[in-house]
Amino acid sequence: MKSMIRLAAAAALAFVLAPAASAETVKVGVITTMSGPFASLGQQMDQAIKLYMKLHAKDVEPHKIEIVLRDDTGPAPDVAKRLAQELITRDRVHMLSGVVFTPNAHAIAPLATEAKMPLVIMNAGTSVTTTLSPYFARVSFTLWQSSYPMGQWAQQAGIKSVFTAVTDYGPGHDAEAAFIKGFTEAGGKIAGSVRMPVANPDFVPFIQRAKDANPEAVFTFVPAGRQATAFMKTFAERGMREAGIRLIGPGDITTDEELPSMGDVPLGVVTVHHYSAAHDSPTNKAFQAAWKQEYGANAVPGFMAVGAWDGMHAISHVIKQLNGKIDGDKAMALLKGWKHESPRGPIMIDPDTRDIVQNEYIRRVEKLGNANANIEIGVIPAVKDPWKVFNPPK
Amino acid sequence: MALHPIDHFAAGHRLRPIELLPWALAVGYFFLPNANLPLGTEILIWALFALSLDLVLGYTGIVSLGHAAFFGIGAYAAGLAARWLGWTEPISALLFAGLVAGAAGIVSGMIVLRTHGLTLLMLTMAVAVMLKEIANKLGWLTGGADGLQGIVIDPVLGLYRFDMFGRTSYVYALVVLFLAWIVARRIVHSPFGRGLVGIRENATRMSAIGSPVMRRMVTVYAISAALAGVAGALLAQSTRYVTLNVLSLEYSGDVLIMLVLGGMGRLYGAFAGATVFLVLRDELSKISPAYWGFGIGLLLVATVLFARGGLLGLVDIALARIRGKRS
Repeated sequence: MKSMIRLAAAAALAFVLAPAASAETVKVGVITTMSGPFASLGQQMDQAIKLYMKLHAKDVEPHKIEIVLRDDTGPAPDVAKRLAQELITRDRVHMLSGVVFTPNAHAIAPLATEAKMPLVIMNAGTSVTTTLSPYFARVSFTLWQSSYPMGQWAQQAGIKSVFTAVTDYGPGHDAEAAFIKGFTEAGGKIAGSVRMPVANPDFVPFIQRAKDANPEAVFTFVPAGRQATAFMKTFAERGMREAGIRLIGPGDITTDEELPSMGDVPLGVVTVHHYSAAHDSPTNKAFQAAWKQEYGANAVPGFMAVGAWDGMHAISHVIKQLNGKIDGDKAMALLKGWKHESPRGPIMIDPDTRDIVQNEYIRRVEKLGNANANIEIGVIPAVKDPWKVFNPPK
Repeated sequence: MALHPIDHFAAGHRLRPIELLPWALAVGYFFLPNANLPLGTEILIWALFALSLDLVLGYTGIVSLGHAAFFGIGAYAAGLAARWLGWTEPISALLFAGLVAGAAGIVSGMIVLRTHGLTLLMLTMAVAVMLKEIANKLGWLTGGADGLQGIVIDPVLGLYRFDMFGRTSYVYALVVLFLAWIVARRIVHSPFGRGLVGIRENATRMSAIGSPVMRRMVTVYAISAALAGVAGALLAQSTRYVTLNVLSLEYSGDVLIMLVLGGMGRLYGAFAGATVFLVLRDELSKISPAYWGFGIGLLLVATVLFARGGLLGLVDIALARIRGKRS
């Protein structure tokens, strides 16, 4: 009897002395594209998240991050929406992240708002996206950020007429509008414009039309990854360079991870973008080295990986500050104005728009040792999303 | 003891208790504490879509690789009506979508059903591809590849709001599927339905005995199109989003796979196929987000090789074995 009482007392004592700041497990639902033609994009994201977890999971101790990864199969908003619904209501995640494609982010927006669920966008780059839910924050980029300065640069570089060819969906429309505005404001002339279908396009007729218009340069945006490589090859096969027509665009068309499969075709192509694997900074060198150690000497992390990497940093910042107890509104307050030294350079989440503020670099594809790389030849510091500057909220 | 043909006919029409099993399961699932209702809703919608295909493929023998055309027309009819015309009342919009898809079924049926075999297959596919391209080109109307956003749907009957947990969607889809099932069941057991089976088995003979083959085919094609359109509208209303996917070849293919998987020409094959396909896809993609397609493919190959009647065909064989042993 006595021993029983002692045991009970000991149990009660243990209960009382349990640490007050208990270790929380924060579940983060990641919706990304792991299968289908765009699988390579989601895989970069997934690899970056895994690498982050391996190297930085300890940053949030005593708390834990649990990643729940789901495949949205590509630009499929209905699937993305259902996955978000499941992650919120069944898996009971505390935060959402990922999202390669704009339409998928748009489908999730009403859910995020209803559930007060913070979503850290790791890619989807249409300007309007962050205005669709107060619980969206973006750590990637917008097409306006790269394409508007691209237009200004093209005019300054002495290019007088440009033909635009973009993929026919949100980001493509943004890239087209931004470039045309930047270029024509500076006095350039648009020789013509085409929009190319999102799914399995054959680029030959579009490039032929561009050639017939005889511009000095073609501005193009296609989704990063295999499509960009296909476009590049068709561009070379159609003899555009021989016809004296240059290729320019946002960095999506010469992503670092696709450069090895493009051969020497893109040499001399000038792009404007926020990240190059060849960016010269200690943070980037460390990031590249960690990546190569984990995934092999030939593996190259591109902007998709950096977006996911920085997204994870933003998420762990929130977890640390909130001591593992995630609240939608408090999390958003912490994300607003969050500053970070990223492999791409200094970044900040704009407190007013929850969109990314970052440097944009003018780069040219050049030989670097045996491989081709996006070599930075100029920088435009701390670029806010120009679309939001031109279209202030009413 | 052989049944008289008339008795046999009546026996098929009579409701067997086992036919209520899927409904009991579906209703029971709703009350499970951890029910995945968004997935459940998706299964119900695809079951309706597969059921519509069963009428033309399983019962009439019309092979279609473009049934998503009608699914998509229904989805866009409901979506566009809500988005641009302010037609936010769900039930009437559902009927409207069914009518539009049915009308499209009559028009395209009158053209494509003049052919058969490979030509028919290609034509059904061509219709869907053309519609998808039209929807893509009319970006100002349909949102193009970005999808149709900003759809608002009123609460069902003015009472039940479409909630985040998918409760309303699930019950709504279940009721619609049940009504559609009654219609489909009535059709296949009617003399008209028997005529369809006759067309499937031997169309020349059917016309020789004076059956209006073409008219019957167009009629069932239109009914099937209407049901597919209702399924599409259900998807549009429950996700409040319509994308070009609803007209895609993938959707036409998926619904075909579901039907083959479950078993054609038996109404319930649609239920079994949709459930197995979508649950498997969900589970497999949780295990391996990148390679889940492999598992589905394997199952399909196994079904086609070893179970020609689909999963329900396997059940039939098993039941026949048990009965055979008993007697």
